[in-house]
Formats: sequence, structure tokens, C-alpha cells
Amino acid sequence: MINYTYVLTGVLIMALVTYVVRMLPLVVFRRKITNQFIQSFLAYVPYAVLSAMTFPAILSSTASGWSAAAGLLVAILLAYKDKGLLTVALGATAAVFVVEQGMALAGFPL
Amino acid sequence: MSEQLTFRKGLKDGLPICLGYISVSFAFGMMATQGGLPVWVALLISMTNLTSAGQVAGTALILSGGMYIEIAVTTFVINIRYMLMSLSLSQKVDAAMTNLQRWVLSFGVTDEIFAVAMQQKGEINARYLSGLIFTPYFGWALGTFLGAAATGILPESLRSALGIAIYGMFIAIIIPPSRTSKPILRVVLLAGALSCLFTFTPGLNLLSSGWVIIICAVAASALAALRYPVAKEAQT
Repeated sequence: MINYTYVLTGVLIMALVTYVVRMLPLVVFRRKITNQFIQSFLAYVPYAVLSAMTFPAILSSTASGWSAAAGLLVAILLAYKDKGLLTVALGATAAVFVVEQGMALAGFPL
Repeated sequence: MSEQLTFRKGLKDGLPICLGYISVSFAFGMMATQGGLPVWVALLISMTNLTSAGQVAGTALILSGGMYIEIAVTTFVINIRYMLMSLSLSQKVDAAMTNLQRWVLSFGVTDEIFAVAMQQKGEINARYLSGLIFTPYFGWALGTFLGAAATGILPESLRSALGIAIYGMFIAIIIPPSRTSKPILRVVLLAGALSCLFTFTPGLNLLSSGWVIIICAVAASALAALRYPVAKEAQT
């Protein structure tokens, strides 16, 4: 039924491409970069990447934009209070769950 | 200072990531088996790829019978951000890390593992990074297996709510330093705003999310590096 040759070759290609992309910079750049611009650039990269990945994608990560907005709000609040990763993640999840249950009860379409 | 960064601490720091991954990979496992793949192939994909967006897109292509070159290019574009992360990480690991350790550990560079690793003060060693990769890797495989094996058991309401978990974690990483550092706040705001611009502007929204992340991150970080150069040695 399933063409295993095709599927497994596809999986192998995905795995290889993903690995090479991750491996090259870490293996090639053995020395510390001393250029101040590049140093600064690399120090800011994590925050820029995470922010670009979060916004606006977070708003479409649940069944409804409203519940996602509530989750985002709770996450920002908890993170602002320096709560840990797990607390913030679960807090946002709980907020989404409560809002979606509330919307369902009140008869709003999700 | 790096003495405290033990394998055990890595395992512990990886735990929140692990929990987040279980829910995300659960969804991936369901998607794979609903599409007709056997459980073991879903598990194989997760254990050889360890990447959310990239493997979801690649699997969708495989399920629709896409060409090999299409699978390769799509995976490359979505995952090209890892190049930026690995480059950043290459400046953060201690000099004692051997080539073999670099070959092995680079397999485990994901958004979340990278983010937590970069949060540590000073350099990080291979022991800590191994632990930090191990727990999430286990969670990623476990969640995939559960999702693939138990398609449809989790109620839709819970699945929807769990969709935000991974983003909640990102928020928890970017907000606290934004509170204390104005340059980081500006970077976060600029990258987020650019990303919104690319998502909502007709024409620009044709770019795949992999490219959008690269462009936004490079632009925001480069601008910040020009305006707010980080003092040498004081780099966090």
C-alpha cells in the first residue's frame, strides 16, 4: 500500500538537510569571533528569532483569535513577573482553555 | 562558573521544553497517522528530524507525494534559522568542546534548546548541553508515539489550548530580559513588528515562514548591533 522507498527516502532527505544546517556553523566556527558588530549581532539574534516566530503566529495557534489573545496576555503578565518557562506556558494554556470553554457556553462561534 | 552546568542541571532545564514538546509532537504524531503513515514512520521522522515546523511541512509533502527536491528545499528554507542559532551557539560553547561533541550535539539545536542554552551566564559545556538536549528529545519522541498511536483520544478543546504552550515558553524567554534591557526590548518589538508586516502585507505574505524569520531576525539584530553595540566581555 505505502511506497516505503519513497517515504523513507523523503524522511532521509528531511533529516539530512535539517542536520547539515545545524551542524555546519557549530563545527566550522571553532574560534571566538572578536568583531564587535558580529558579537553584538549574535547576542541579539536569540531574542529577534523568538519574537519573529511568536508574533503574529501565536494569535493563530489556537481555535480562536480571542482565546489566543487571552493566552498571550496571561503569558506576558506571568513572564513580566519573572515566572518560569513552565508556569508561563501552562498559564497561557489554561487561559486559552477557560476562554474557549466560556465562549462555547455563551454560544459564540470559535 | 561553568562547574555548575552539569548534565543533571541540563536534564532539569530541559524538562519544561520536554513537556511543551510532548504536546506539540502529539499533534504531529496525529497528523502523520491520520495522513496514512504507520506509527513507526512517524516516530522515525521525529527521532531523525527533531524540528517542529520543518518536519510538519516535510511530512505534509511526503503525504501529498511531493518531489524530493521540493522536500529538500522546503526543509532547508524552514530550518535555515538553525544556521543563525548554531552560529550564535558556536560563540557560546567552551573551547574544550571536541569536534565529535560538536558533530553530535549540533543535531539537538532547536529553537527552545537554543533559547535556554543562551540564557545561561557565561560559556556552556558539552555535559550541560547533552542533558539539555536529552529530555526534550525524549519528550519529542514520546509525544509523537502517543499522538500517532492514540489519534483522536485527546479532546479537541485540550488540543487547541495546548497549541499556545510553545509560544508561551517563547514569551517567558523574551519578556524578562526586555524588562531590564532597552536594546533587547527594541529588538523584540522590531522583530515582532516586522514579522507581522510580512504576514499581513499582500505580496510579502507569499514568503515562507522560514525566510520571514531569517529576514526579521537579521534586520532587527543588525540594527540593534549598530545602535547598541554590546561591550566586550559583558556579553550575556
